[in-house]
Amino acid sequence: MAKYIVNRLLASIPVIIGSLTIVFLIIHWLPGDPAQMIAGDDAAPERVAFLREQFGLNRPLWQQYLSYLWDSLRGDFGVSFANSQPVLDRLLAQLPATLSLAAMSILLAVVLGVVLGVLSAVYKNRLFDYIVRVISLLGVSMPKFWLGILLILIFSVHFQLLPAIGNGSFKQLIMPAFALGVTGAGMLARMIRNSVLEVIGEPFVVTLRAKGLADRVVLYKHVLRNALLPAITVLGTLLGEMLSGAVVTETVFSRQGLGKMVVDAINQKDIPVIQAAILVTAVFTVVCNLLVDISYSYIDPRVRKSS
Amino acid sequence: MPTNTVSTDTILSKRIGNDRPASGWPGLSLSRMLLGFSLAVLAFMLVCAVAPQWIAPYSPTDMMTDRLLQPPSKAHLLGTDQFGRDVWSLIVYGSRQSLTMGVASVVIGGLAGTVIGLIAGYCGGVVDSLFMRINDILMTIPGILLAIAIAVALGPSFFNVILAISVASIPGKARVVRSQVLSIRSRPFVEAARAIGTPHLEIMVRHILPNCFSPLLVMMTIGVGTSILVGTGLSFLGLGVIQEIPDWGYMLSQGRSYMTVAWWISTFPGLAITLLVVVVNLIGDDLRDRLDPKKGRV
Repeated sequence: MAKYIVNRLLASIPVIIGSLTIVFLIIHWLPGDPAQMIAGDDAAPERVAFLREQFGLNRPLWQQYLSYLWDSLRGDFGVSFANSQPVLDRLLAQLPATLSLAAMSILLAVVLGVVLGVLSAVYKNRLFDYIVRVISLLGVSMPKFWLGILLILIFSVHFQLLPAIGNGSFKQLIMPAFALGVTGAGMLARMIRNSVLEVIGEPFVVTLRAKGLADRVVLYKHVLRNALLPAITVLGTLLGEMLSGAVVTETVFSRQGLGKMVVDAINQKDIPVIQAAILVTAVFTVVCNLLVDISYSYIDPRVRKSS
Repeated sequence: MPTNTVSTDTILSKRIGNDRPASGWPGLSLSRMLLGFSLAVLAFMLVCAVAPQWIAPYSPTDMMTDRLLQPPSKAHLLGTDQFGRDVWSLIVYGSRQSLTMGVASVVIGGLAGTVIGLIAGYCGGVVDSLFMRINDILMTIPGILLAIAIAVALGPSFFNVILAISVASIPGKARVVRSQVLSIRSRPFVEAARAIGTPHLEIMVRHILPNCFSPLLVMMTIGVGTSILVGTGLSFLGLGVIQEIPDWGYMLSQGRSYMTVAWWISTFPGLAITLLVVVVNLIGDDLRDRLDPKKGRV
């Protein structure tokens, strides 16, 4: 078991370094001169050259890459192009808000998704099932930013129940978390529904029921355990998506956080900030996937044996 | 019946085979109806994209300054925006951008992903490991952020946005194709082809590739929906191109400023996006059910 954990940890390191590399390559390797981007289209060539010098963009690529790698691993993400503040500080300041949003969303997604998915499978082809399937489909198909706007229109503008913008209070968290979490809930519900239906069709369930075991026990003790497994693997990816979905959601609800930071950086062509934000998301996804893999192996003994 | 279980009429208490697919109309199953509906909506949107002038009552650039911010009415089915343009016409003309975004990026991503998956799966060994490592790394960066990074780096242009979304959609396809290739590679007929000296390339293209089509097709169909969501998200964030005819996502972001006085500007483009993605998802689901070899209805 410990060996498995160590293995997975070691395997994550190249992935993290790889993400660093990809982010670097995207910004620096693709056509488009960063210095020109910052200076603007009609800046004097001296200004562009000065900027290039200042940000070390005139060094050979591999040198930039290595210093970028080394700095990033030590936590130094450079200095923001926009306001010359260390990126790391800004990142750390914005992270808690986004994390709380992501946490609330994933909680919502899991609770809603699992409950609705299981019930939908159990009551297959009844009205409840249809309603859940329609809602899941809608949830997966709706753009998150649109759902957010709709929620604001209904609950803030029309009914004046919930605040539309800002951080801080729980009331301000509800709508954004819902907008962010519904997609995940829909996806989970559909997946769990299929998974439960599959497990129910398996011979061992038939055996248990033939033994006379009460349906409720069959469901909770045996079916659920097996059916929820694939959902757990998806959880890791979902967490990562929550973080990236925050980009759009925070914009809609005018919340402070990583997402808003990214959007501002996009508009200001603030490359270090964008790089750092993507990196944080990638690392977060890797960590989440790692935790998911470890807990998966804890729950499913077959995985432990095979590795 | 006594209720001591979750429910007496649940799937658990039904005999296997007792749950018939739902019936919507005599002779037509619900899933058939849904499929027909989806195809009809998609066809309609295609017409909107190809020949918008047939469907839209007004020109999208027609700014009728005497009718700014009008609510939906008989003259303007979905209202007018802050420039006096008819929202319904804007949506119809904007469908071209959204559909192109979705389809083009899926096709490009699918092609690239297929090639990568084929090579990785067929060659195996170092090549496979290398490709799959890169794949995994690409997958850890969530789609929309990857697309954002590429779009920022390349600069604002419609083609760049499509490219960005394509790249974001490659890893999934590559993975699926690769697992198909792996499972087919060991089959006897491939061995036989090798034995008579068929060149590798021909084996890959003539024998293995056709077997990959089904899962790939399903992924690509559902991928259109995802691409549209990512693409309109990019436009919403301001990364898309600001053309004369705004993309649906851009319309949404514009409408935000007028939310309190003109809810229709934001609501209807979003509805259009949702409808398109729903329809594409339904078609993809149906395709998957049809092509799934495991699906023998009991």
